[in-house]
Amino acid sequence: MISAENLPILVIIIPLISAIITPLVGRIHRSIGWLVALLATSLSFAYSLALIRSVMENGPISYWLGGWEPPWGIEYVVTPFNGFVLCVVSFITIVITLYARKSIEQDVSESKIPFFYSLYLLFFTGLMGIVITGDIFNLYVFIEISALSGYALVAMGRERDALIASYNYLILGTIGASFIVLGIGYLYMVTGTLNMADLSARLPELYDSTTVRSAFAFFMVGLSLKLALFPFHIWLPNVYTHSPSTVSALMAATSTKVSAYVLLRLMFTVYRPEFVLTVVPVTKILLILAALAIIIGSVIALAQTNIKRMLAYSSVGQIGYIILGASIANQTSMTGSLMHIFNHALMKGSLFMVVGAMVYRTGIVNIEDMRGMGKKMPFAMAAFTIGALSMIGFPFTVGFVSKWYLAVGALKADMWYFIPIILLSSLLTAVYFWRIVEAIYFREKSEKLAGLPSEPAEAPFGMTATTLFLSLLCIVFGIAAFIPTKVAAAAAKLLLGG
Amino acid sequence: MEIIHSARPLYAMAVSAVAVVLIGFSYERPNLREFWTILAAVVKFAIVMSMVPAVLDGKTIEYSLVTILPGLEIGFKVDPMGILFAATASFLWILTSFYSIGYMRTLKEHAQTRYFMCFAATMTATIGAAFAANMFTLFLFYEAITLCTFPLVGHKETPEARAGARKYIVYLLGTSLAFQLFAIFLTYNAAGTLEFSSQGILAGTASKTMLTVIFVLFIAGIAKAGIMPFHNWLPAAMVAPTPVSALLHAVAVVKTGVFSILRVLFFVFGTDLLVDLDIGTAAAYFVSFTIIMASFVALTKDNLKARLAYSTVSQLSYIVLGALLLTPSSAVGGIVHIANHAFSKITLFFCAGHIYAAAHKTNISQLGGIARRMPWTMAAFFIASLSMIGVPPVAGFVSKWYLAVGSVEALNYPVLVVLLASTMLNAAYFLPITYKAFFEREKEDEYHHGEEVREIPIMAIPLVLTAVGSVIIGLYPDYFIALAREVIR
Repeated sequence: MISAENLPILVIIIPLISAIITPLVGRIHRSIGWLVALLATSLSFAYSLALIRSVMENGPISYWLGGWEPPWGIEYVVTPFNGFVLCVVSFITIVITLYARKSIEQDVSESKIPFFYSLYLLFFTGLMGIVITGDIFNLYVFIEISALSGYALVAMGRERDALIASYNYLILGTIGASFIVLGIGYLYMVTGTLNMADLSARLPELYDSTTVRSAFAFFMVGLSLKLALFPFHIWLPNVYTHSPSTVSALMAATSTKVSAYVLLRLMFTVYRPEFVLTVVPVTKILLILAALAIIIGSVIALAQTNIKRMLAYSSVGQIGYIILGASIANQTSMTGSLMHIFNHALMKGSLFMVVGAMVYRTGIVNIEDMRGMGKKMPFAMAAFTIGALSMIGFPFTVGFVSKWYLAVGALKADMWYFIPIILLSSLLTAVYFWRIVEAIYFREKSEKLAGLPSEPAEAPFGMTATTLFLSLLCIVFGIAAFIPTKVAAAAAKLLLGG
Repeated sequence: MEIIHSARPLYAMAVSAVAVVLIGFSYERPNLREFWTILAAVVKFAIVMSMVPAVLDGKTIEYSLVTILPGLEIGFKVDPMGILFAATASFLWILTSFYSIGYMRTLKEHAQTRYFMCFAATMTATIGAAFAANMFTLFLFYEAITLCTFPLVGHKETPEARAGARKYIVYLLGTSLAFQLFAIFLTYNAAGTLEFSSQGILAGTASKTMLTVIFVLFIAGIAKAGIMPFHNWLPAAMVAPTPVSALLHAVAVVKTGVFSILRVLFFVFGTDLLVDLDIGTAAAYFVSFTIIMASFVALTKDNLKARLAYSTVSQLSYIVLGALLLTPSSAVGGIVHIANHAFSKITLFFCAGHIYAAAHKTNISQLGGIARRMPWTMAAFFIASLSMIGVPPVAGFVSKWYLAVGSVEALNYPVLVVLLASTMLNAAYFLPITYKAFFEREKEDEYHHGEEVREIPIMAIPLVLTAVGSVIIGLYPDYFIALAREVIR
């Protein structure tokens, strides 16, 4: 039995080591790479669950890397807040790993498959590291680990456009990372520490310092780029459109969520709520950007003809929701924001997986060609419908839960004017998803689909089952919403300094 | 008031949900599939009726299923208003099921399994709405009804059907997301609860302006009630097969709309608060406009179903009007009109569908002399028209009487004039149809009915039964009136 105090490092070290051995064992047999990835992510998830349980019962856990006492050594910290994100990320990654096997066999050439899983695990390690670390420079290192492996994963897409998308992503991602490292440098300059808790204790007396404020500005811009917050979102649609289906699903469900986590972590636990709310009222700017992201993301999604692109722009809008809840910054809205990290991971993950399944079986990515798809792939399209309803915010789905919290939170903060924005975006979402639902069930088969054999043909079992599983979770957690909400509410309280 | 905790409302709801699955699995054996529909309908009605005695004794039956989040609970409460609606809807579902089978088989419609599945799913949601104990549960089922009926409206899958179905979903989903959900947010924020209470939950929780805003948002957000200007989905939805129009657009869907409005008026706002806010009269004039305007539009329609659709728009507003006048008599009139209009309008739709299935006629101008071929149908049509007009002893008279008395009690004579004018208009657009059918000679043109036009028993019997039902509840209205009085007590 592994004692609880070592769990934080195991969450990271297992996927990291697995990432290194995957290319080696992949030489024996190519399917071993996948097995290793599955095992590593599953262990990571199991440990994350154990962590969150321990944290909810016994309070935060601090792990000193190499036994060096913080603030000198690197510290890993688990609180309800990041424990929640750890669980979400590792859980979604397992599901996507199960899904990946068949999808990747088609998307990536055979000789590269072990390397794919190696990068995949590195990416995952980076994300988990970002979430668990309590050291700001270590945070940067993990950001780069996940970003670099992310660029390579995107570039593995089938078309040449994937290279361009990856390159754009690389440039903008690197600019973002540079900003972040500059911010870290400035903070180190004035405080001499890199430990987040230590920083948080030292910063309040320096809130008037221009250096500290500049550092904050650098963080904001850098993270907005990583997060694809409007208007820093331009890299995202290309990346989601051209990556292999598995990577689109993985990134949509996890990486922007983790960036959102970092933003919240910096805003509320390195800097304090009073800094972002009153000293430098950056939440006011973020509120405007969030509102713009919600509306503009939805409007642009409406105009898309490629389904992956449409989902990508929809993500731009959904990121707006997360930032909106965080910037309203009361208990209810913050809970909504954190819930949306989880909920959106479920919905968008399942939607991208549906699209991946569709591409696997039919090669169709254009919305126009999806006509009559309901007869061809009934299960995948059922999952799509559930995902769509959840995005619209239908009651009994997770989408409703987030919207409920965000709206009630906005009302409690006397910001009623955000409700029309939330509702308008629901309407736009309804329009751009419902036209597809209508087309897949109530229209004659498209020419492209009519050219294929007419009997129903789902993607391989592993892909269909995992897709349906995620979309069913959209309903399960839409009804049993009180389970994740309990953790999210505790996390929100922590962030707001309660 | 005594409260009984029992899962019976849940069973009443769930029985047709089970049927959805069974119907889906029996797609290769149509007779078995239809058996499930009938069985579910009968069982559902039996369960609903088994709760009636307790409710008449002044008890309520409550059941809490799950609390999604603090303040968001899926809960059921069987009270007089809910049982009135549920009993009407579930009884008419039995008749509609037989009628549907006749209609679908006669016309050899496609996708019959989907049709019967969606039908059963809609009934599940309807009973859920009838027994909803709070605004969230009601909203959930309100939306579920929209979703389940979408495939029914678009059943034919022609461009025209798709356009109708799209209009349907845009109006219903659009208004409910934009306005109703907004109102629910505001209500929850002000009252801190969404639980229905006979005193209302909003009194004294927010400023008058805010309460008026919530009121307007609710009225605008419940487009299923067909109040102008959000009524256009109803005529558009007439592309659906006629049994769908009959049950869903004379009973389940539209009645859920007015039922939701009544719930909001009586159980979220409460009569006292509405009197206090003084918006009842203004709103009453607003819906009066719908009553008159829809009647005028109905006059211009030659398509029989379109005329019936506008008649529905007009009649639905009677129910809302009754509630808005805020007098005991008018409220009773409005509530019993839920049942009365259901019986009569379903008869009319059944007739329209029967004429289409047997004689392939859709327009009123083609109906000359058809009563000679289809005497039972046209007789039933005549009786139901009388109910719409409000002639004793048919059901519509009872509600109209109470509404009229209520308008006098409220000293609101303009509304009395509206009621009388609408009666004349009803007569003007319904009686010519009967006249044409009975007294005009059959034309020897392309619309000649021919010898082969005969009544189809499985369709004719339900419509005769509903017509007889209209007369019975017109002669013995006490049962429904007793329930309605319980509501406003």
